[in-house]
Amino acid sequence: MSGSTLEIKDLHVEIDGKEILKGVNLTVKGGEFHAIMGPNGTGKSTLASAIMGHPKYEVTKGQILMDGEDVLEMEVDERAKAGLFLAMQYPSEISGVTTSDFLRSSINAHREEGDEIPLMKFIKEMDAAMDYLEMDKNMSQRYLNEGFSGGEKKRNEILQLMLLKPAIGILDEIDSGLDIDALKVVSKGINKLRNEAFGCLIITHYQRLLNYVKPDFVHVMMQGRVVKSGGPELVERLESEGYEWIKQELGIEDETVGK
Amino acid sequence: MSTDVFTRDYIESYSKKQQEPTWMTDMRLNAFDVAQKTDMPKPDKTKITRWDFNSFEHVTNQEEAKQITLTDLPEGIKKFVDTEKKQNLLVLRDTVKQYVHLTSDLMDQGVILTDLQTAITEYPELVQKYFMTDAVQVSEHKLTALHAALVNGGAFIYVPKNVIVNEPIQTIFWQDNPSQALFNHVILVAEENSEVTYVENYLATETEAKTVMNVISEVFAGANAKISYGSVDHFAHGTTSYINRRGLAERDATIEWALGQMNDGDTISENVTHLLGDQSVCFAKAVSVGRGDQTQNFTAHIVNHGKHTNGIILQHGVMKDRATGIFHGIGKIEHGGTKANAEQESRVLMLSKHARGDANPILLIDEDDVTAGHAASVGRVDPLQLYYLMSRGISRQEAERLIIHGFLAPVVNEIPIQAVRDQLTDVIEGKVN
Repeated sequence: MSGSTLEIKDLHVEIDGKEILKGVNLTVKGGEFHAIMGPNGTGKSTLASAIMGHPKYEVTKGQILMDGEDVLEMEVDERAKAGLFLAMQYPSEISGVTTSDFLRSSINAHREEGDEIPLMKFIKEMDAAMDYLEMDKNMSQRYLNEGFSGGEKKRNEILQLMLLKPAIGILDEIDSGLDIDALKVVSKGINKLRNEAFGCLIITHYQRLLNYVKPDFVHVMMQGRVVKSGGPELVERLESEGYEWIKQELGIEDETVGK
Repeated sequence: MSTDVFTRDYIESYSKKQQEPTWMTDMRLNAFDVAQKTDMPKPDKTKITRWDFNSFEHVTNQEEAKQITLTDLPEGIKKFVDTEKKQNLLVLRDTVKQYVHLTSDLMDQGVILTDLQTAITEYPELVQKYFMTDAVQVSEHKLTALHAALVNGGAFIYVPKNVIVNEPIQTIFWQDNPSQALFNHVILVAEENSEVTYVENYLATETEAKTVMNVISEVFAGANAKISYGSVDHFAHGTTSYINRRGLAERDATIEWALGQMNDGDTISENVTHLLGDQSVCFAKAVSVGRGDQTQNFTAHIVNHGKHTNGIILQHGVMKDRATGIFHGIGKIEHGGTKANAEQESRVLMLSKHARGDANPILLIDEDDVTAGHAASVGRVDPLQLYYLMSRGISRQEAERLIIHGFLAPVVNEIPIQAVRDQLTDVIEGKVN
């Protein structure tokens, strides 16, 4: 299996009438790990949300294609079924719905009616993934994200990623608010998925995560565009020199967008 | 039949036919006189002047009621029952007893589970002591008076001092004749230091036929007694319902309500608990779903009389189509109820822009040294919750279903019998989809 291809072409996105993305171009293929870096307020999370179909973001121009299919024509659940997954920065809390019931519904949503995952098989898979992520098993019986700590929410996102095995995973600041031990565990989960069929788009403004999850390609976003792309060596340069040199190189004074 | 055709003669002959003692006949006749002089109740924010409380049949002609076994119950009823084990169960069909079982162990300890009619004959002193005396009054309004005059079914459950009933007691009040009115009266008494879990189902054959339900429960928790009371009400669309469940808690007693208010017709439902004794506690939890064009008015009301009493109200309602649901939460702390606590939370989830929901929190406090709090909200399904669930591949419809069930879970999960809990989940499923 060679995996899927996510293509983003000249993407323009508005929120509340304000343009945040101003022509993003990016292609992620199965087997590739891409990192999107950049200071706060440059449009990184907007890109992730727009790909998944967040209700507040409006695409005004451009295309998102998944294996040539028009993602923008799809409902949010259809995007997931097409193979997209977004590990969210701020996952919703849903009272009264246990994490376990949610996970099972999610898995079954990707299967045909009448071919639901057998309960025991589901429990086995969930337990194994929870063990791998060093999660407390009681969490599966707690209501989804309700009262979870920041770290628990992030692990829960990676747990879903591991169980749903999407073609393309987008991780929106999965490292924010994690201590070093939690960061290592989360990274371990992401790395376990690495194979030629799985493509990953990792959004972060810290290099720290990328010490554990090695990207093949690195992109820097400023002013709602990808302004620089390169290989893993770019991470090191950003770590030692920061973003200032890119701004100077491109003549950018304020790297943020939509202020 | 309409209430206008009832006469003293009718009531007297009905009472005689039921072979009731004179005090019961007199009580009915007195209540009938009261009904002529009193007004209908006036639930806040709902106008009921055009509701049809008059079209119903008081008595269904049935063959001689025979004792049946659980396996004789129709499928629609059987699913409410845990047929695996022989449970403590009373079944009434169109007000007539069909089945009753109470373990011999409980019988030996003096526990009583029987239909009201039998109780009036066999335990007249007990029934007379509790029937519309200290909890609900005949004269509160026309519907309570008519209830007393026309009561035609019900249950009597009595748990003596120090007896712990481990297995739940269940009742099923089943309306089979679509026009049959249930003037159903439940008396549940738990004497000092006793414990009991009770679950009741009101259910009807799906129908548009006009009828009336006038249901009263009176619940007495003696000192340090613990009562857990669950219910699923599911009357049909053509049915106009008045439902009144009232509890009295003595010193150190606890009454927990978990009410599934799932009627499809216009409904007034009130649940009032008086925390009379010091340190008594009440948790009043209720869920409701409104659909179609029905109007419902719910009241959860706890009165803290005693010191250090604790009253907690939790109501969650879902309104769809053109349904209206008014939720009153009333916490009242009487003078003298020092260190009392009154908490309440009422939340309404709206599924359609034509539905109407109102959460109406009221705190009435006549004592200084108390704590109280309330939370109320009326809102729609959170689009970000939908987005999150759908981003995992779950369809919009299924995502809404999960959110709604989750919203109602705090009460559904409190229903003490698994079969009834499953049934309530099914009823909710049927109503929201």
